[in-house]
Amino acid sequence: MTKRIVILGGGTGGTLAANRLRRALDTECEITVVDRDDDHVYQPGLLFLPFGLAHEDDLVRSRRRQLREGIAYRDSGVDHVDVEANVVHLANGEVLGYDVLVIATGARLAPEETEGLTGAGWLSRTFSFYDLPGATALARALREFTGGRIVVNVVDLPIKCPVAPLEFCFLADWYFHERGIRDRVRLTYVTTLDGAFTTPVAARSLAGMLQEKGIELVTEFNTGEVDGEEGKLVSYDGREVEFDLAVVVPVHGGADCVERSWGLGDALGFVPTDEHTLQSEVRDNIFVIGDAAAVPTSKAGSVTHFEGEVLVRNVERYLAGQELDASFDGHTNCFVESGFGKALLIDFNYDTEPVPGHYPTSVGLPLLKESRLNHLGKLMFSWLYWHSLLPGRNLPGVSTAMPRAGKRFEVAQGGS
Amino acid sequence: MPTKLYAGTEVTVTDEGFFTDPGQWNEDMAPEIAREAGIGDLSARHWQVIEFMRTEFAEKGSGPTVRALGKTSGVSVKELYQLFPKGPAKLAARIAGIPKPRGCI
Ligand SMILES: Cc1cc2nc3c(=O)[nH]c(=O)nc-3n(C[C@H](O)[C@H](O)[C@H](O)COP(=O)(O)OP(=O)(O)OC[C@H]3O[C@@H](n4cnc5c(N)ncnc54)[C@H](O)[C@@H]3O)c2cc1C
Repeated sequence: MTKRIVILGGGTGGTLAANRLRRALDTECEITVVDRDDDHVYQPGLLFLPFGLAHEDDLVRSRRRQLREGIAYRDSGVDHVDVEANVVHLANGEVLGYDVLVIATGARLAPEETEGLTGAGWLSRTFSFYDLPGATALARALREFTGGRIVVNVVDLPIKCPVAPLEFCFLADWYFHERGIRDRVRLTYVTTLDGAFTTPVAARSLAGMLQEKGIELVTEFNTGEVDGEEGKLVSYDGREVEFDLAVVVPVHGGADCVERSWGLGDALGFVPTDEHTLQSEVRDNIFVIGDAAAVPTSKAGSVTHFEGEVLVRNVERYLAGQELDASFDGHTNCFVESGFGKALLIDFNYDTEPVPGHYPTSVGLPLLKESRLNHLGKLMFSWLYWHSLLPGRNLPGVSTAMPRAGKRFEVAQGGS
Repeated sequence: MPTKLYAGTEVTVTDEGFFTDPGQWNEDMAPEIAREAGIGDLSARHWQVIEFMRTEFAEKGSGPTVRALGKTSGVSVKELYQLFPKGPAKLAARIAGIPKPRGCI
């Protein structure tokens, strides 16, 4: 009997899940992907755009064309899911029934949740580089910037790619050096966390790098208001940080269609999901991949890629009535661009924080340490994204489970 | 594990003062923990948050974050910071006798 698989979202997770499922399942299964437009943005490129290191046209491709033959595509918004009736209501009025639903609707930027952020100065003095319009407007503003104070603020977690705001600081340092005006620019990183990063060993390394580059670090700052007119961030406990230009990473929530679906999302609109099987805790026939999932790991493309293998296996097993594979370990692998043609690499999972060493084995890329090789790795990622990750291929030498060889775990002892 | 004496009963806590066993907590302990954490008398609004934290923990196995609290507890984020200055989610969890909320990565 024909089985219908509906995938909501045609971004990183939806695309790679569709392509992997199409290969794994016989043609009896219908696979349909739904997204509201045909513009697939390579989001890691948004970091480079403000510095003139990437161009808008190079970051966007057709969603539909990233899908294998035999996958149906619906160009429509998703209104909501009726989890009781196993149907999806599309914005164009169409109703899709499913045997298995895969939620891949990512995370939504919610700048309107922070008082003042989208008010005076939005996209002229206060910016976010987390979407194309924001990154493009910021590129213009940085070109015209001749001196003053720039603050980079992370309002709250979770956010996509939690290292990206730090990378932004490092690149800004490099950018103003290149322009010969670094001495006229004061750079400040303002975060809600109690350190430069979430985990202790990496937080220490990254804080050291900020210091070396002359970037100030303000911690435990819970932004209550962004005043684009006066040029200041105000925290809930009344502290203030002044700026001439602010780069604010807005809070994230789950997709609007998840929030509109009764019983599907948590308080922030992410879908409660088993962290090892990727089956939702809402219904047995709903699986979740990527940023949409409420699982305790980073919201990153690399995580989404590693999830792909387990998700597809489990959809297959679910359809066959077999026990699910509970092997997803939260594996995350991020290159952290540090400016001047270098980058760091961090690699971790649910149980292991990022530590120094080498990846994937003792003769591999250096971990938690700046190197040119890692920078090349970061640039390579763009090619791999379109040609390996989205088509749903495993990357050469990169395993789904986090490799332990080469890691210096002893460094984390005494950490949390 | 360190121990503490609240309302005449000895309980085990982490280095940061969070209960290791929420079952050891009772309502008489809250005002003492609050005082220790630098918060004065507990108002009805404080209690609303404390009770909410306990219910959430019982249902989900972890305390909510500040933003989730702001959306679901009936107390706005702004007011949460007035009630529990510095860190509402952490402070309220400590006073409610539940483990430290799991941070995000
Ligand atoms: C600035 C920046 C830098 C980053 N850098 C890195 C990096 O270096 N390395 C890395 O691994 N990751 C990085 N990431 C993160 C990475 O891009 C995401 O984690 C990844 O794209 C998540 O995939 P996803 O499928 O969950 O979501 P997405 O790829 O965002 O896809 C979600 C899709 O759902 C669709 N959708 C949502 N709601 C609806 C609706 N109601 N109706 C129809 N469609 C809907 C959207 O249109 C979208 O196409 C970065 C992200 C940003 C913003």
